[in-house]
Amino acid sequence: MEEINQNSQTSLDFNTEKFEPKDEIEIKQIIKFCYKKNLPIEIVGNKTKLDIGKKMQCAKTLDMSKFSGIVDYKPEELYIKVKAGTPINFVREELKKNNQHLAFEPVNFSKIFKKNQNEGTVGGTLSCNFSGSRRFKVGSARDHILGFKGFNGKGEKIKSGGTVVKNVTGYDLSKLITGSFGTLLVISELTLKVLPLESETKTIIVSGLALEHAIGIMGSAIASSNDPSGAVYYPGNLRNNFVFNDLTHPGSITAIRVEGTKISTEQRINNLTKELVLEDKKLTILDRMQSEIFWEDTRSLKALSNTDKNILRAVVPPSETVNLLNRLKTFHPNYFLDWGGSLIWLELDYLSSQKIDQIRQRILDANGYLTVIKSPENVKSSSEIFTIDPIKFKISQNIKKSFDPKRIFNPGKMYTGI
Amino acid sequence: MSSLKMPKVDRQILKNKYKIVNDIADFTKRDNILSENEELKPYETDGLAAYKQTPMMVVLPENTSEVSKILSYCNKNKIKVVPRGAGTGLAGSALPLADCVLLGLGKFNQIKEIDYDNRCVVAQPGVTNLSITHAVQDKGFYYAPDPSSQMACSIGGNVAENSGGVHSLKYGTTTNNILGVEVVLMDGTITRIGGKVFDSPGYDLLGLITGSEGLLCVITEVTVKILKKPDTVKAILLGFPTIEDAGNSVMEIISNGIIPAGMEIMDKVLLEATNNFSKAGYPLEAEAMLITELDGTKSEVDELIKKVAEICKKNKCTSVKISKSDEERAKFWSGRKAAFPACGEMAPDYYCVDGTIPRSKLAKVLREITKLSKKYKLPVANAFHAGDGNLHPIIMFDANDKISLEKTEKFGEDILKLCVKHGGVLSGEHGIGIEKRELMCEMFNNDDIQQQINIKNSLDPSSLLNPGKVYPILRKCAEEGRLHIHGRDKSKFSDIPRF
Repeated sequence: MEEINQNSQTSLDFNTEKFEPKDEIEIKQIIKFCYKKNLPIEIVGNKTKLDIGKKMQCAKTLDMSKFSGIVDYKPEELYIKVKAGTPINFVREELKKNNQHLAFEPVNFSKIFKKNQNEGTVGGTLSCNFSGSRRFKVGSARDHILGFKGFNGKGEKIKSGGTVVKNVTGYDLSKLITGSFGTLLVISELTLKVLPLESETKTIIVSGLALEHAIGIMGSAIASSNDPSGAVYYPGNLRNNFVFNDLTHPGSITAIRVEGTKISTEQRINNLTKELVLEDKKLTILDRMQSEIFWEDTRSLKALSNTDKNILRAVVPPSETVNLLNRLKTFHPNYFLDWGGSLIWLELDYLSSQKIDQIRQRILDANGYLTVIKSPENVKSSSEIFTIDPIKFKISQNIKKSFDPKRIFNPGKMYTGI
Repeated sequence: MSSLKMPKVDRQILKNKYKIVNDIADFTKRDNILSENEELKPYETDGLAAYKQTPMMVVLPENTSEVSKILSYCNKNKIKVVPRGAGTGLAGSALPLADCVLLGLGKFNQIKEIDYDNRCVVAQPGVTNLSITHAVQDKGFYYAPDPSSQMACSIGGNVAENSGGVHSLKYGTTTNNILGVEVVLMDGTITRIGGKVFDSPGYDLLGLITGSEGLLCVITEVTVKILKKPDTVKAILLGFPTIEDAGNSVMEIISNGIIPAGMEIMDKVLLEATNNFSKAGYPLEAEAMLITELDGTKSEVDELIKKVAEICKKNKCTSVKISKSDEERAKFWSGRKAAFPACGEMAPDYYCVDGTIPRSKLAKVLREITKLSKKYKLPVANAFHAGDGNLHPIIMFDANDKISLEKTEKFGEDILKLCVKHGGVLSGEHGIGIEKRELMCEMFNNDDIQQQINIKNSLDPSSLLNPGKVYPILRKCAEEGRLHIHGRDKSKFSDIPRF
């Protein structure tokens, strides 16, 4: 078994506050050092999602952004293996050369957190598990991770999974670390499933629908055999964020994306128009180019990115969305819906921890959950960012301990005490 | 019972058997507790029939509260518990222990809710996989994962083993198709994970539990996602002069951006055997056959069928047959699904191996399996879920011949080692159970396995829930190589379609 002696030849300066490891040996040495000295470490990539979760006071920072590069890409095997610090934009460009993509469309937070075009790293994307509009069709980031290598809180190298989709060989730790916000281990390498880009994309936009009608139409579209890959609703007040030559109707936007071969896309657009009785509605069909821009704008939360307001993310069963939004009216939020109405992005002028609690309770009543995405530090510090109940908190605490017994990785980032 | 090491039997627990029966009768009806030998007999094995062990008792609770009380009692009194669904698993994950309470979930057999608005079904764990589709098919919906044993296997067992099926390439396995579960931990704690929404916050406990083979909790309810049936589904039978040509076609189909609903390869041995058995109309002159299924709109399916046929012709395909009706498509699949009984006609016993390899290694691994077949002088028939690289070689042998059985064991191990050597994994869809437990060290080192055991310990500190499964007991990974596994046999319930 590989064993690294901390005193072996190394160029690492253990007194530094920020480590930028170049290889796995250095990662291991850094963690072993911090484990021994009980030093908490904040793990970062390109810091594009640093503002999500609680702010921490850590003695050390482990900056993984230099630990970057494609380890293995096999287009015909539908997987790519990368180092954790590899920029997600770079991966996207490489996959595009082979007409492939990461189908889970990771949410791009760079606009709302004012990070220019920086979309962050693959490690950061998987650690946060925020997925885009194709969620109901292809799954989220957690459904696209095939395997990983990383280091637990004692500096032991751990691997799980592999490069194949069908795999029941021990616990599926790949899923467990996805969405764990760096609190379980330092990911060094990830293997992701990639899928072919569809040759055609079109979007049906129905303008001017009221919320309830829009949710009905999105639900019927998803529950049809026409296999749409996106269904979003923007109320009329957000309409001006979308300027397209072909979109001339005013009012709210209900958009349904269809992807596939050219002939199939045409057929499904026609089917949907008939089946959902849209012929007499204010219809626009966006062609491929306009469609791609529309969904890229959705993925980057463009409609919520021009202000410094607070942003919350609620997920509820789609049948609960209308009632919930009625119950949230008192908070006067701006909102738009993704995932066919199940994912609600909320924008609020003013937020306090008390308000967050009230909103969370209404979302829990609707059998959903809330995540605080953007809010002032003083509010975040006194609020729960992620929804959790006491039983799952205890389970999570035990799992955390099994990976990181001294709680040195991102302590408190997700929950106080984890 | 073979010589495979299992957790030490607690004699004191066995001595107290009738006290334990009486105690548990406080939590569930006395009729739900089986404790006499003749009552216990049907529960002594699961789908891996070579391993048999009579449990101390069987308890068949009727609701979650009873499960909670029983687990809490067992936890306090250090009594081992082995959960069991339909008992169709092929890796021995539900094999009883001599001093265990076998917790059968057979009475949890109700579909609790069909929710078309949120496109999901809430079912108790003992509901069979196929019943879920039956419950929603009149509205044109279905549940996507379709293990071949779907008429008998339970949805709770599917979650525990992360079951797949022939359509996993496009639609994923169980883990990609469930939204929530209700579970009971070993200490009796009841909790819900997920619900009718995607991606619940915090650690992905749903992902952790799926495929955990009954080691972390007892599943008492499952919420699954349902999908609308595609408009058109067609299958195409393609004959090839060599297995390499069939494998190359699979690679090229995927490289061309086509993700079929299913892609299955059968070699000549299986082709002939299954065709004789089910008269499926297979191309008997071929050395290998590829069944490809495409679904979607009619125009899309017709377009893709044409493309697939062109790609296969370029790869020396010698025959092309497209299904003209759903009945004919079902007939194409009937041979493939009859692989077990068909092999049963060729040899007294057969043993099905389950491993996954990268698709590009299909032809290479198959050549090596052929060499091994000659080395061990045991015939083998090959079926692959070619689209996702999941192999199911079927070794034919005679269980009454001790040497033949030993050779079969060794042959199976060598195939799984080949899978790992070529970048694959030990199990694609059957799980590890006890069957492949000692081979875990082929894939993982001590630290990897210890991390997994630490997770188990964090939820079940006394290791009472399904102990002895998945992880080697005498672990000597990396340093000293793996230990030996003993005793495999043909599957139980051979009339149920498999893999």
